[in-house]
Amino acid sequence: MKKQDIPQDESNLQSANMTEMLYVTDENNNYTTAQSIGWEAKKAALDESMELIYERIAEAKQNVANGIVSPIIYFMELNKMDLQVLAAYVDKWQWTVKRHTKPKIFKKLSDSTLKKYADAFGISVDELKNFDGK
Amino acid sequence: MKINFEHHQTAHCENGVASNLLLNKGLKLSEPMIFGIGSGLFFVYLPFLKVNFAPGFSYRPMPGAIFSKAAKRLGIKIKRQKFSNPKDAQTALEKNLEQNIPTGLQVGVFNLTYFPEEYKFHFNAHNLVVYGKENGRFLISDPVMDFATSLSEAELEKVRYAKGALPPKGHMYFPTYIPEAVNLEEAIKKGIKDTCKNMLAPVPIIGVKAMRWVAKSIPKWAEKKGTKVTNHYLGQLIRMQEEIGTGGGGFRFIYGAFLQEAAVILKNDELKELSKEITAIGDLWRDFAVDIARVYKNRNSKSDIYNQLSKSMLHIADLEEAFYKKLKKAI
Repeated sequence: MKKQDIPQDESNLQSANMTEMLYVTDENNNYTTAQSIGWEAKKAALDESMELIYERIAEAKQNVANGIVSPIIYFMELNKMDLQVLAAYVDKWQWTVKRHTKPKIFKKLSDSTLKKYADAFGISVDELKNFDGK
Repeated sequence: MKINFEHHQTAHCENGVASNLLLNKGLKLSEPMIFGIGSGLFFVYLPFLKVNFAPGFSYRPMPGAIFSKAAKRLGIKIKRQKFSNPKDAQTALEKNLEQNIPTGLQVGVFNLTYFPEEYKFHFNAHNLVVYGKENGRFLISDPVMDFATSLSEAELEKVRYAKGALPPKGHMYFPTYIPEAVNLEEAIKKGIKDTCKNMLAPVPIIGVKAMRWVAKSIPKWAEKKGTKVTNHYLGQLIRMQEEIGTGGGGFRFIYGAFLQEAAVILKNDELKELSKEITAIGDLWRDFAVDIARVYKNRNSKSDIYNQLSKSMLHIADLEEAFYKKLKKAI
């Protein structure tokens, strides 16, 4: 990429006061570096990914409200986790975590188990227990 | 305590940590040099490993591989440590700082407080340098940032003990021995040969062959999984390609810069021409990302778009195959 072609598009980097460094070529075709504040193509991909995450969070919230899944699913989505990542954080098998996402089984969980989940989500046990999706 | 350490921003975290750590010890190697000698160009496709609800693509080798390979080829020794207990990990890091050793860390990205929200996801192979501790906060040189930053003890522990795929487990590393004189010519040749070998590997999940597999899968995803899922997979392809300096276009440009430097050191003009060639390929990767972004915008675009994207990627794979074959012969 030529130095003069480097994109300077509005992006998510600005919120953190960041710029990116890129290797570009100058007028004599020699490599140098330059800063970019963002690139539209990349922003589109990031926005798509965030949109999917918001959709999943909203769906999880609805499912908790309807008693289909336990609050674990909602906070898992809120923290951009999947079952694999969450299982690693609470140090349990994936199938165990999956069981805990059923409302009936969730209600019977001990406080020490709930604490593991709450810690993984960075919230209190009460917040986890009392989330009703409404 | 604060070690005299220069923070330089780089395009990719692992090269950046490596070149910043070596510079601190008096060995001046550019980011592209580390990247080229460490064979940073790579492509792997793991269709059965789901990351962020999409198949696993990666434009980079396993975390740590670039620095380890570069160090080996330059005769540098690196010490790597992991700790099962977070307290031990912190003690060991502080001990290093007391002995004036700036230390590289593998960390998870999700809890890096200074990153923008959109960049926080469960990716555990980011690299940064800790070069001091002041008022209870660790001083951080994160090579993808313009400026040095800091993290509290609790924040640093969180990122060092991130969980999920590739957990860092407190992984810290630092060079312990650097030879008086390094044989740059030999190291460059070894690095180039290894890159050609990887990218031309006769297995379907690695290198040019893997790119072709992904390319051919694009229309199939559209047919079997529908537009929404396909677009998400394509988004993942761009993110892996262009996220914070890694991947397709960006990596080709770093490699172009490397070949330009290598041409001078090896007195080989052919490498200069090949530098131009990989630069042009890098531009095509960026065009490919723009074309994917366009698919999002015109939501009801013609169904042929996925075939066109597939063709573009196959074209890039053809050009790359020819490039690595020429490169192999050139050295």
